[in-house]
Amino acid sequence: MMAEMNMIKALNSALEVQLEKDPNIVIFGEDVGFFGGVFRVTDGLQKKFGEHRVFDSPLAEGGIAAIAMGMGLNGLRPVAEIQFADYIFPAYDQIVNEIAKVRHRSGGEFTAPLTFRTPAGGGIKGGHHHSQSPEAQFTHTPGLKVVYCSNPYNAKGLLTAAIECNDPVIFFEPKRCYRGPFYGDPHNVPTWANHPDGEVPEGHYIVPLEEARIVREGEACTVIAWGTMVHVAEQAIKDSGIDCELIDLQTLVPWDRDTIVNSIKKTGRCVIVHEAPKTSGFGAEMSASIQERCFYHLEAPITRVTGWDTPFPHTTEWDYLPSPARIAEAIKKTQEE
Amino acid sequence: MTERVTATTSPYTIGRPPFRPGEEADFGGKFKEQPGDLNRPDPLSCTAQDTVAHAVGLVRVLNDEGEALGEWDPHLDAETMIQGLEYMMRLRIFDDRMIKMQRTGKLSFYMQSLGEEAIAIAQTMALETQDWIFPSYRQPGAQFVRGRDMVSMICHCIGNTEDNVKGRQMPVHYTWKEGRFISISSPVGTQFSQAVGVAMASAYKGDDEVCISWLGDGTSAQGDYHYALNFASTFKPPVILNVVNNQWAISTHANLATGGRTFAERGLAYDIPSIRVDGNDFLALYSVTKWARDRGAAGLGATHIEVYTYRAGGHSSSDDPSAYRPNDEFKCWPGGDPIERLKSYLIKSGMWDEKRDAALAQKIDDEVMTSYKAACEFGDLASGPYPPASTIFTEVYETVPWHVQEQREELGK
Repeated sequence: MMAEMNMIKALNSALEVQLEKDPNIVIFGEDVGFFGGVFRVTDGLQKKFGEHRVFDSPLAEGGIAAIAMGMGLNGLRPVAEIQFADYIFPAYDQIVNEIAKVRHRSGGEFTAPLTFRTPAGGGIKGGHHHSQSPEAQFTHTPGLKVVYCSNPYNAKGLLTAAIECNDPVIFFEPKRCYRGPFYGDPHNVPTWANHPDGEVPEGHYIVPLEEARIVREGEACTVIAWGTMVHVAEQAIKDSGIDCELIDLQTLVPWDRDTIVNSIKKTGRCVIVHEAPKTSGFGAEMSASIQERCFYHLEAPITRVTGWDTPFPHTTEWDYLPSPARIAEAIKKTQEE
Repeated sequence: MTERVTATTSPYTIGRPPFRPGEEADFGGKFKEQPGDLNRPDPLSCTAQDTVAHAVGLVRVLNDEGEALGEWDPHLDAETMIQGLEYMMRLRIFDDRMIKMQRTGKLSFYMQSLGEEAIAIAQTMALETQDWIFPSYRQPGAQFVRGRDMVSMICHCIGNTEDNVKGRQMPVHYTWKEGRFISISSPVGTQFSQAVGVAMASAYKGDDEVCISWLGDGTSAQGDYHYALNFASTFKPPVILNVVNNQWAISTHANLATGGRTFAERGLAYDIPSIRVDGNDFLALYSVTKWARDRGAAGLGATHIEVYTYRAGGHSSSDDPSAYRPNDEFKCWPGGDPIERLKSYLIKSGMWDEKRDAALAQKIDDEVMTSYKAACEFGDLASGPYPPASTIFTEVYETVPWHVQEQREELGK
């Protein structure tokens, strides 16, 4: 059975299906229980599954991460919410030094299968501390899988795959796209209604981790994006009038290199788009890997269109985020070489 | 407690240790607190308020004359106490041999439990076998209680082909799932809050398990300590949270870890029953831990324990305490030597004698040396063999992802 869902409902549905399926799933985080989460992703779950399975935690991300690890060590499969990705850093030691390493350091005797869901990215006038996209802070840590959804369909399927994965997963949700795709124009904000990716199965399904999604096939240039930028890039491609192939990366670690490499071998050109700052962003890693594999197929330099190497601004966020105009310009430039 | 010493010439207070090298250490003689000073509240009805005196005072059972006294005497049978003595002797002899191995280049690094042997051993003996041990690096003794083979422990310390963590961690960072002894990690204090999660999972599943964890006085300054207490206070899972106040965190004295009086008192603010116990008193440790387990198993939540002791050895084999404290400071520690204290009590009570003690020490020493030799059959530090280089790449994830596999192939091993 398919249903029309926005991303919030799709994520909620993924959690609901998991809670029904596996008694070892527990969900917790700040405001997620009685209130149902500040973005409503856990709405109704406590009422349906009880306050021992879906509950509020103290305001301590470091504690949330540690408790999740302890539960994972002792047979549960926690799904914890970090209310904003900007607030994940008190948990960074637990994630990087503990959760990511426990399987390896214990010779495989102990594992902590868990998922951290966290809303990320800009476009909601969130300023420095409700807008960041810190995926590269986690892609640099072996032992973690890093996922970034972009629409209701892949949000539910990827979250389901993340929860069922026996490795720890950091799951980023582009909060700008919770209620609709975002094409780079803050004055024209559609909902997910009537969008093909807003049609979501009500039951269980997965979108496999480690697989990128070809959003649009094309011959002239490969454009890679994740999260909100998938939709902004889609608009840019339309505006540019150039026949681009658009790829939604979906999983950043491990990323689907084959799909990317095959596309660039076909197009000879590549633009990578992300919200996070350019320096040491995940686009840098991809760019380096792509040139290792595609050097002789490249007709133009690989280009990155990213957030600036500055703190994320408040009133001027539309000048910070990659816009359709900036992306279209980069695409056009690849055609001039 | 040791007197809080502060500098008065600077614009803010600098916590200082009581004595520096060259000074004469003097903790004022024996403990003023005596066995029998503190009552043993009913574990099943005790509130945090009922432990105010216990958080400020010091629970003791063995007095300075080698007698066991007071309500906290666990009245253990001779066999159990002799077993405890044996485990402590085993740990001390094992540590002594391993430190010598480190000094002669046969181990890369080592951390001993000298002076703190009673802690993990008495406390683990007070638990049930299904209970989770979530240690720091100063509680390896729990493994003896749970029956871990010394060969396996030494293989880990060498990092040879039989190291169950495959040479990935520094020595003494044991993992032993069979003994419910959870993987030790170097970042201090992280296990404390994780232990609360382990206990919450036990409670969730309805399993009769408690989880015990330890961290040091210095580490109690970390956020993880406070996360643990607050989550334990809020969710009340079956967990026993110990601050081992051994006075020293490498060169940082406990006076820099708190501006308060005792560490135990902090637990009262979280409404967790909190007890300060003589960490060199095997019987007191056993008794307090059993009391805490009874509470946890009955669904009454956490117990916070300050284990008051002295780190007689260096922090690790890389540490030289003579640079920051008097060399003989431990000799005047009021708590004395935990092994000597239990031994004296057993001898005085007619349960033990010097002859049996010497024979046991010799037997253990032989076993340690035999175990070391057996461990070296699987590789010694100088010449290996070590785990294959391919173990760098395995168990990073459940299965090896492509990018890690490519790097493994690039290494070509």
